[in-house]
Amino acid sequence: MSRHDEPIVLGIETSCDETGVGIVRGHTLLANTVASSMDEHARFGGVVPEVASRAHLEAMTPTVESALAAAGLRLSDIDAVAVTAGPGLAGALLVGVAAAKAYALGLGVPLYGVNHLAAHVAVDQLEHGPLPKPSIALLVSGGHSSLLLVPDVAQDVISLGSTVDDAAGEAFDKVARVLGLPFPGGPHIDRAAREGSGTAVAFPRGKYDDGTLDFSFSGLKTAVARWVEAREAAGEPVPVADVAASFQEAVVDVLTRKALQACARYDVKDLLIGGGVAANSRLRALAQERCDAAGVRLRVPRPGLCTDNGAMVAALGADLVAAGVKPSTLDIPADSSLPINVVSV
Amino acid sequence: MLVLAFDTATPAVTAALYDGERVVAESTTIDARRHGELLAPAVEQVLRESGATLSDVTAIVAGTGPGPYTGLRVGLVTATALAMTAGVPAFGVCTLDALAYAAQESGPFLVATDARRKEVFWARYGDPRMRLDGPRVDRPHDLPGELPVVGAGGAMYADVIGADRVRGPEHPSAGALAALAAEHLATLSEGEAAEIARVPEGRVDSVEKARELAVLGPPRPIYLRRPDAQVPGAPKRVTA
Ligand SMILES: [Zn+2]
Repeated sequence: MSRHDEPIVLGIETSCDETGVGIVRGHTLLANTVASSMDEHARFGGVVPEVASRAHLEAMTPTVESALAAAGLRLSDIDAVAVTAGPGLAGALLVGVAAAKAYALGLGVPLYGVNHLAAHVAVDQLEHGPLPKPSIALLVSGGHSSLLLVPDVAQDVISLGSTVDDAAGEAFDKVARVLGLPFPGGPHIDRAAREGSGTAVAFPRGKYDDGTLDFSFSGLKTAVARWVEAREAAGEPVPVADVAASFQEAVVDVLTRKALQACARYDVKDLLIGGGVAANSRLRALAQERCDAAGVRLRVPRPGLCTDNGAMVAALGADLVAAGVKPSTLDIPADSSLPINVVSV
Repeated sequence: MLVLAFDTATPAVTAALYDGERVVAESTTIDARRHGELLAPAVEQVLRESGATLSDVTAIVAGTGPGPYTGLRVGLVTATALAMTAGVPAFGVCTLDALAYAAQESGPFLVATDARRKEVFWARYGDPRMRLDGPRVDRPHDLPGELPVVGAGGAMYADVIGADRVRGPEHPSAGALAALAAEHLATLSEGEAAEIARVPEGRVDSVEKARELAVLGPPRPIYLRRPDAQVPGAPKRVTA
């Protein structure tokens, strides 16, 4: 059992391009260290799995060392190790899972293989305290766009809807390319959009009124490309700020609309937004506006906890320890398509 | 001396403990797709079978490949993380060297393993302890002629290289890897060994760099191929 009143948990995250190592004591954040290989992917216009996996191997032990130093702890202080077991890039996940097993085995402490999406939900407790049960969670990033009903983040997470094609963050990246903005597209579109009008171009909103809680961003992405190409064909300048703002407005309108629909449908008064796209300023503003109107409390972790990181994995690990959930065995696989209802493996 | 060694650069997931004179415990499973699932339990098993704990181990050694990357990385990250918990150095040994060491060849020979994509990873040896050339990655057709070929890379392309050249063993064993590493460790002071285990700055992913490494090196992968990735051109047009 834990040698401390609250367990000190080491969390490891390698599902995409960030090597994240976090350390928590219960719901207190002690360290959140991230080594990103994003610069190596930028020229390819997207994350290259093999490049990411190579970078994870190089960064793994140095990042653990930095996290321990930041927390002022030694490896022997760790009570449990948690790791993202999926979903994510298979080869990238495997580096983190193998490392976590070695740390757990070497330290003689329990291992928890956890779901990346549930970890995105659990992390908010490090900033805003225990998560109301139940909550609705909207997770949006380059890899996911999901609406979840979360009765208990340690044991019970239910998928209400997800994207049927592109992830929201992916749409940001693709539209950024069309507009000649750098990768990753999210921050650049956010910045450009501040100078433009969200109502300048009426872009389509996929699955807006279809009654489901699913998303679709592929049609929107194509509509933006078609609109830009038409301007170029006509020899007219492309109003980048207006296109960025109108595209962004379409995305966040759909995201917040469906999130509030989910809250109403399940009579839940707490909405959490996580994932890299949660850093988008317009998404935060519109979500706040609509939550206020609906009497829903909004929780959005700070940007460093929204993007992929190890603290979120550690936070969920601490919840699993507290809930008495059985640890994982040393033979768990990394599962690139781990279903969302599987919180820990 | 108690060396914990493992290799995940081929379909064999192999782990062993070696006490300086003999292999105390060894576990080998052939499964090209489950390195991540099999390695940690194998390490746990050899420790349990020999009645040792990780704190008894004096060095950790992992095969550095070349080999299919996903599996290869499992062994190397396990080595560095375990070494960190145990407070001992982690070393790397070329997987082909371990195969050569286990071979019963008296004269010169080649070692070859499956590199997928119809290619083999290979190296040339003067005797079981002496690598003369490689490691490299090539089509089996391009292997230098006549010499015997140790390892699965020979067996699987017997029709190309000639069945009479095929020699065993097919896969590396962690016992051989540990014994080879122990031979070299025995000649080094603790300070010299620590220097070798230190991971150098920058990447060792080219043939030239890899060839500079002596038998005992840092636990870094020998990739031999660059990642598959293309810098994209202009965005694809959606209108005709
Ligand atoms: Zn994520």
